[in-house]
Amino acid sequence: MISRRNLLKNTVRIIGGIALPLSAFRIIDPKEIFAAYNDGTKVRWVFLVDTYKCVGCGMCVKACKLENEIPYDANVTRTWVERYVLTKDGNVLADSPKGARDGFTNPRIDLGLGQYADIKPAEIDKAFFVPKLCNQCDKPPCVQVCPVGATYQVPEGVVLVDRTWCIGCGYCIMACPYGVRFFHPKYHTAEKCTYCYHRITKGMTTACVAACPFGARRIGNIKDPNDPVTKIIMTERVGILKEEYGTKPQNYYIGLSKEVK
Amino acid sequence: MKSHVYRPLWVVLGLVAIVLVFRFFYVPKNFGVGERGYMYGWHRAANEADWKNFTVKYKGNSDYCNSCHPDKYESIMKTPHAIIICEDCHGPALEHPENPPKLAIEKSRDLCLRCHTYLAYPTSGRAKIRGIDPDAHNPGMECVMCHNPHNPMEGLR
Repeated sequence: MISRRNLLKNTVRIIGGIALPLSAFRIIDPKEIFAAYNDGTKVRWVFLVDTYKCVGCGMCVKACKLENEIPYDANVTRTWVERYVLTKDGNVLADSPKGARDGFTNPRIDLGLGQYADIKPAEIDKAFFVPKLCNQCDKPPCVQVCPVGATYQVPEGVVLVDRTWCIGCGYCIMACPYGVRFFHPKYHTAEKCTYCYHRITKGMTTACVAACPFGARRIGNIKDPNDPVTKIIMTERVGILKEEYGTKPQNYYIGLSKEVK
Repeated sequence: MKSHVYRPLWVVLGLVAIVLVFRFFYVPKNFGVGERGYMYGWHRAANEADWKNFTVKYKGNSDYCNSCHPDKYESIMKTPHAIIICEDCHGPALEHPENPPKLAIEKSRDLCLRCHTYLAYPTSGRAKIRGIDPDAHNPGMECVMCHNPHNPMEGLR
């Protein structure tokens, strides 16, 4: 015969025992947690752009085109520089003629369709240059949409395109929120910035970083705490582009303004 | 067993077999899921090496040039132009001096104007560079006729 006291005791024990999963008794090791978020690679390439330093000379665009064999006169480029001019009456004007391959040698703003805007220096509130290139996102939408597995992400974070495997459907070009992809005029396959994968894997810097006289562009390894680029990203105020898309872009900008899209 | 009912079945099975045989020979052996998983890593593994083997054109630093042209290197290092790598104006070195034996030097006015067109942009480094108005400062003349790019203000002050 079971007593009321024992019935209640056993009920509490059994229910308590069922409710507690075995894992609750395991002591969690911080190293284990860290390993779960760390995929084992020692390198994750990131890019740092200082928009205060950029003067819009476009040497980076020229170097990129020559280094990566992008037809020089075709109006496509893996990296480009945008000019933003914010006037005192609240207008935002932006242009990037030929992707700034020849730099910005004229104060006129190219509005497209053969139209130009002449802004007098007295009307300018802010004006600056913003270099752009592939963000090598941690969650790359271009890779997700590829129906044939032609574009992929290497463990170091760089997104590449397999030219022999690409069928040229253009899904990735549509999927990229940053508009960094285009069709290669010669190979007729999707083309994009590779962070100069052939150079960074040899311990060199990218062609655009090498060509920039002002140090406005830098490449670094975010997994190396002693990397000067990592130190800046971790300790200074940097911005990223189109955070709301959730793509986790890996190009960090110093001096990013809200007008930059 | 001869029945017109089974005939379409044999046709479908035959088609499936043809696709499987074609796929076996057509898809490379190293095509598959990489380290980034199904969503991000599905690719032909050999392509990573293809990209690594892409030809490097820019040496990327002026030390390479300095080993043979120390006089040119030292002359530019004394001027504000020291921040510009040689290849920005002299073109990518590739395998120079073997190939190409001579580099085509870009001496055009347009090259100088990339930085030295004055743009009054207060929040950009551009406004801090000594600039000219290309329409007023000797229009049509090549900059190198007066200015030595390795020492731009030499004999002009």
